[in-house]
Amino acid sequence: MAMRWIWIDKFIEFTPKQSAIALKNVSMAEEHLHDLFPAFPIMPHTLIIEGMAQTAGILVGEARNFSEKVILAKIGRATFHRLVRPGDTLYYFAQIEQLNETGASISGIARSGPDASSPLVAEIDLMFSHIDKNLAGTAFPEHNFVFTDQFKDLLKTYRSGGDIPL
Amino acid sequence: MPMSRDEIYTKVQAVLVDALGVDAEEITPKATLREDLGAESIDFLDIVFRLEKAFTTDPAKPFKIPRGELFPDDLPTLMNDEKYVKDGKITAEGLVELKKRMPFSDFTEFDKNPSMETASSLLNVDTIVGYIQSKVGQ
Repeated sequence: MAMRWIWIDKFIEFTPKQSAIALKNVSMAEEHLHDLFPAFPIMPHTLIIEGMAQTAGILVGEARNFSEKVILAKIGRATFHRLVRPGDTLYYFAQIEQLNETGASISGIARSGPDASSPLVAEIDLMFSHIDKNLAGTAFPEHNFVFTDQFKDLLKTYRSGGDIPL
Repeated sequence: MPMSRDEIYTKVQAVLVDALGVDAEEITPKATLREDLGAESIDFLDIVFRLEKAFTTDPAKPFKIPRGELFPDDLPTLMNDEKYVKDGKITAEGLVELKKRMPFSDFTEFDKNPSMETASSLLNVDTIVGYIQSKVGQ
């Protein structure tokens, strides 16, 4: 079984080539909450960065129709302001600052609510590289291993208004 | 309005502080990007993005750096060619190609011993300032 490496639950806003908002419900049932500090379950900061990278990565990939493999190349900044506990919902706000054929830079804010005034969780700025354009000569698989069906389904669900035909 | 070299230098310095996480004092005109400031491959794209943002004064006319113009991107291919590099030394033909691609670099010292080992000295803070000045300077 393929590993479910997916750290956002759904998109609530998606403006192509500009910005996206995704959310993640944090549950006590998740294994990773219990691994960092015994008896003090919190969402690890690294996985909050991963959630932002997935939100922003799909935004950047969609801008070029998922034709290129987009990888997280650099974490320019990651500042954390509060802990994320079981029962919390994380909202990832990602905005494209720059985008060209070689890569993209995004500025991201994580909050514990859907509004711009909701409490600030983290500020995360990321850079993505279109690896087909940037790492010439490096061997990568032909198929797009970055954008799996799991990621594409997230966007499909958003675009269909949440209704998935059974 | 055209900018002075000092104004350009100050902005370039701020860009490098943010992109490379170095202190402003570490940035001197002759500081090389790779050796002295620790830049790695992806940092060059980061620097390009940040320069574009820093030197855009009118959002309707964004300042753009065409791919390969500031940091030539075909150097690795070029330097694998025996015509241009032999036994670690850059040939006369190689030097011509390098100078064509890096018109803002100072080759005075490099010309004395043009080797692969010293090639990264060609990319320093002054190289960026010279390039930007050619675009927006007085």
